[in-house]
Amino acid sequence: MRNTAQTLFQRSEEAFDTAFDGQHNPLRHLGALGLYLLWLIVASGLYLYTVLDTGINQVYTSINHLSVEQWYLGGILRSVHRYASDAFILVMMLHLLREWAYGRYTGFRFYSWLTGIPLIWLVFASGIGGYWIVWDQLAQFSATATTELLDWLPIFSEPSARNFLTPESISDRFFTLIVFIHLGIPILLILGLWAHVHRIASVDYLPSRRLMTGTFITLLLLSLIKPALSDAPANLAQLPAELRIDWFILFLHPLTDLTSPAVIWWSLFASTALLCALPFLHKHTPAPVAVVDGANCNGCRRCLADCPYAAITMEVHPTRHGFKIAVVDPDLCAGCGICAGACPSSTPFRSQETLVTGIDMPQQPVNALRQQLEGALAALQGTPRIIVFGCDHGASVASLASPNTAAISLMCTGILPPSFVEYALRTGADGVLVTGCRSGGCEFRLGDHWTTERLTRQREPQLRGTVPADQIELVWASANDGATLAAALTEFKTRIGTQIGTQMALTNRLQPYQRRTPHHA
Amino acid sequence: MLKPAAIIGQVVLYGAFAAFIGYFATSPTYKQIPDDVSLIKLSISHLGERNCRKRTPEELEKMPRNMRAPLDCPRERSDIKLEVDLDGKPLYQTVMHPTGVYKDGVSTTYKRFELKSGVHQLSVRMSDNVAVAGFPFVKEAQITLKPAQVMVIDFNPDKGGLFFR
Repeated sequence: MRNTAQTLFQRSEEAFDTAFDGQHNPLRHLGALGLYLLWLIVASGLYLYTVLDTGINQVYTSINHLSVEQWYLGGILRSVHRYASDAFILVMMLHLLREWAYGRYTGFRFYSWLTGIPLIWLVFASGIGGYWIVWDQLAQFSATATTELLDWLPIFSEPSARNFLTPESISDRFFTLIVFIHLGIPILLILGLWAHVHRIASVDYLPSRRLMTGTFITLLLLSLIKPALSDAPANLAQLPAELRIDWFILFLHPLTDLTSPAVIWWSLFASTALLCALPFLHKHTPAPVAVVDGANCNGCRRCLADCPYAAITMEVHPTRHGFKIAVVDPDLCAGCGICAGACPSSTPFRSQETLVTGIDMPQQPVNALRQQLEGALAALQGTPRIIVFGCDHGASVASLASPNTAAISLMCTGILPPSFVEYALRTGADGVLVTGCRSGGCEFRLGDHWTTERLTRQREPQLRGTVPADQIELVWASANDGATLAAALTEFKTRIGTQIGTQMALTNRLQPYQRRTPHHA
Repeated sequence: MLKPAAIIGQVVLYGAFAAFIGYFATSPTYKQIPDDVSLIKLSISHLGERNCRKRTPEELEKMPRNMRAPLDCPRERSDIKLEVDLDGKPLYQTVMHPTGVYKDGVSTTYKRFELKSGVHQLSVRMSDNVAVAGFPFVKEAQITLKPAQVMVIDFNPDKGGLFFR
């Protein structure tokens, strides 16, 4: 079932990529989009709070006044508040489903998964409470239904639903209390979100500007076309007739009517327990973690800057005075190898017979990568000679191999030090194609992003300026994009083939490099 | 620069997103009860009586002078017995137990009854001391319920016991 869900998400994301680029694709940035919606809710909610009168009679009229008399500001903000809340629920549930579908709930990710579960409860508690503040018929229905549901739990000595028996049961204090709860829970939610993202680095606190603008304009237009309005005022002596229910937030009430409070509570407890148990039910074989070599680590902090999961810290170097050394937390390490790609010691131009870098992956050491590259280059025949560096999680590169093309698949494209591209070009390759997951779709969050920045000389360690850009091709292709990658390779080969022998190619050609083992090695 | 196809795609997807949010934010409408139905809420919260026993002269003699209270009243409260009849037929019967570890808290009940609107004969009987036979609190009345009307059956000893509102 999870594989089906994963395929569904992959296909949907790829379909969305045609309209949005990877970095603007909402499906690839659900967490950041959720945070943006939360800020919209907070900002619009603060205005609503300032104009809300919490008196028993005034609470309804003050909110209604906003929607009717001040529709151009208060009314729009109220509508944005409501629709952003609904969108938040939708985005949150999609985020949960997507992470489950991709199996991102176990191993080093279990902390983020577990800390996300209480947030769902907080979101619904805050959302349901928010509807009460309006004190219209929908609020009456929700307040009565919620308290009747709560009364199934043995937590109150008197049924809390008694507070909503008659119109006289409600006092001004009630709304003051509800407003404080409605403000307090989101504060807890923000604290919870801080914990939720605590174990990841370079967090996307906001989506791209284009996505934010598009989302805001959409919510604004929706608010203008269909403004959020109150129902008739609450009257506890009368049952509301037909309710325009918000199915995103209040769906539990009809569900309770359909079943019973016992069924609802047991379903909620069981689903929460299942979500909490998921990381432990799944058999997870941890990937080997990054290993630091003290003699080759000079404490440059590049691995610290690039690690997507904040698994690296810097400590005082045990043997080199005045230097720091990277220390890997094995519980947090994803085993992606992005740190090895960031290490300046990972350059293949070093003359040691066995290349030992500052931080390396046991399952795909930099030395093995250099040997694999050298072997592949030696075996290439004909022209143009192309090296393809691929990603195990992106489009498969194995089928691209041919007499003049060598394909090397990496754990993540981020493990590739840019110097390997130059090394390939100086030791026999006419062109290098680097491919990995689509933008924003990296299995390890930042592999494609860092690789692009390194190869386009925006991030250290960067590709040297002397390396001609036209001999390098970046193709971001998902596991379903085999044909696209093959077509891109064919086009690249044609381009490189036509360049060979031209004056430009001769001018740009890098000086060949022959690695020699020093006598003292 | 965005391609025209991408712009159209974004407009369609943002539009679908807005339509989905906009529709399910208020639709489909929900009706909790049919048009011709009314609701009776039975909600009672009351402390049962304590079953006190008169101490014998011998017992009092054995006690220190300053503690010779004539009645021995345990901390526990009595269960409360409640019966509701509608149109001459039993609608609900229960025995409410006192809350608390020492059974010294209030006894409560909260029930909803949906019934056809119109004229009904309602009878409620309650005893807050099961050791005593019979029902010291009785309320009977003919009620007329309008569609969707909520009527509450409550108890307040300061208001004469059981009452409808």
